[in-house]
Amino acid sequence: MLNYVIRRLLVAVPTLLILIIICFYLMQTAPGGPFTSERPLPPQVLANIEAKYGLDQPHYKQLYNYVVGIVTQFDFGPSYQYKDRSVNDIISQGFPVTLTYGFISFVVATIVGVSLGVIAAIRHNTALDYIAVGATFSAQALPNFVMAPILIYVFTLKLGLLPGGGWNGGQWQYLIMPVIALSTSFFASVARITRSSMLEVLNSNFIRTARAKGLPETTIIWRHALKPTLMPVVSYLGPAFVGMITGSVVIDIYFSTGGIGRFYVNSALNRDYAVMLGLTILYGGLTVLFNLLTDLLYAWLDPKIRY
Amino acid sequence: MGMVKDPERVEAIADNIADAREVKGRSLWQDAMGRFVHNKAAVGSVIILAGILLFTIVGPYFAVWSNEEIDWARMANVADVGQPSYENGHFFGLDSIGRDLYSRTIQGTLTSLMVGVVGASVAVVIGTLYGAISGFVGGWIDNAMMRTVDILIAIPYMFVIILLMVIFERSLIMLFVGIGLFSWLDMSRIVRGQTLALKHKEFIEAARAAGVGWFVIVVRHIMPNLMGVVVVYATLLVPGMIMAESFISFLGLGVQEPNTSLGALISDGAGTIMYDQIWQLAIPLTFFLTIVISLFFIGDGLRDALDPKDR
Repeated sequence: MLNYVIRRLLVAVPTLLILIIICFYLMQTAPGGPFTSERPLPPQVLANIEAKYGLDQPHYKQLYNYVVGIVTQFDFGPSYQYKDRSVNDIISQGFPVTLTYGFISFVVATIVGVSLGVIAAIRHNTALDYIAVGATFSAQALPNFVMAPILIYVFTLKLGLLPGGGWNGGQWQYLIMPVIALSTSFFASVARITRSSMLEVLNSNFIRTARAKGLPETTIIWRHALKPTLMPVVSYLGPAFVGMITGSVVIDIYFSTGGIGRFYVNSALNRDYAVMLGLTILYGGLTVLFNLLTDLLYAWLDPKIRY
Repeated sequence: MGMVKDPERVEAIADNIADAREVKGRSLWQDAMGRFVHNKAAVGSVIILAGILLFTIVGPYFAVWSNEEIDWARMANVADVGQPSYENGHFFGLDSIGRDLYSRTIQGTLTSLMVGVVGASVAVVIGTLYGAISGFVGGWIDNAMMRTVDILIAIPYMFVIILLMVIFERSLIMLFVGIGLFSWLDMSRIVRGQTLALKHKEFIEAARAAGVGWFVIVVRHIMPNLMGVVVVYATLLVPGMIMAESFISFLGLGVQEPNTSLGALISDGAGTIMYDQIWQLAIPLTFFLTIVISLFFIGDGLRDALDPKDR
């Protein structure tokens, strides 16, 4: 197991490094430096500013400093556009919000998806099953950017039940629509995976043995069938998490929740490369970390995998 | 011969045997085709998708307004006079700044379909070749190639594509490049797995014994046998690509005006729902959902038809 952890870490670290290097050099090729403006600065001033940010050093040295800054001080660098706001400020301001609704969506998608999938599999080929399959099939075609405007149209504009945006310290009224919008397509995928996995498990020999022993159906489902059913679901949690991180950008934009996504898109539109770089690396780091966690969870759960 | 009830039939069979007439065999693809045709949802989806494609080709000939023209007479009051109407030639109404939504929807649909097809094609070509070579060659080359995929697949590609679009110009070409960079990764893994299964079959060994080079074996013998899996996965990849593009365009970071895509149109429409201009959201959304759901059904139908394991 320890061996496996180390091996996975050995993949995770280069992944992050490659992401940083790609993004860093993409930024270097961007037309215009961070301080080129319509009225050119006097060369002496420009040189001073560049020296302050270390931009007069060769690229590899800048890259090295940047990586060292992240690793040792968790410092993602300054914003060149807004002098008073560093990437760390943005993270400390927006990350708790993104994390809150992201985590709730993740839990909701998993629980609802697994329950729906299990119910559909137990009631295989009944009306309930068909409804669940039909619902999840269409829900997969409803990504966050489709759900968000539909929800606002129905619940805010037509029914007037929920506030159309804002955060307000994370009160539940402000959480409902972001969570539904973010989790819909994922609970659908989780349900579909759970259903087909459960069907396969229910047809396997050890379940037949359990039935032959005369165990009640609930014991069979809960004690015997559920754990192997969840294996493929666990391996889907990694991609689902990545999808939610990505989707949070849409939520932050459309519901004005004040998470990181808004800053990300603004920095992209304003060509604030330093912020973009920092946030991309943050998103990438989260992705790699979570993929690592799900892989480890998978290895720990599955008795067949022993490294 | 007393027990034979129908001597004529026996004679006919005897003739058949004598002529060595065989029952006509069916290939894997004919078999799959037969199963696919019986899947009503999948066949219906093919027809609907063909209809949408036809609409994007024929539709422009019926357009009264171009996609760039602004209807100055109506633009000031889109909510009241901009609704879909047959009389004034705006079949799908006006968009928020007074352009014809009919022409824009056709253009957006075409862009989205193109992104889907190009993304999937790149995945098919690069992914199949990469996966087949990796699986067939094996050894440390396979290891290196697959570890590379492991690393690339863990990168949140959406953010890299956005970075590319921001740093270079925001054009369709850049979008294709960005999507193409990442779309082939899953495909290469799937193909590699299939190749490993095929690698030790007798016909490959026969080819090897006959002195065929490894690249020719991969292209001529391995790849044709992978086509079933590849076709299924590619079909399911198309809606994924369309969604990815729509996501980026929804954020306003995708294709640039005057070009548009379904994602950009949905974004526009989503921005004006509070002004009672719901058709601006409803029409592109309908096209988007119809295309994506149809592709899901087709992919599902193909999987059922081509993958004998699931039957």
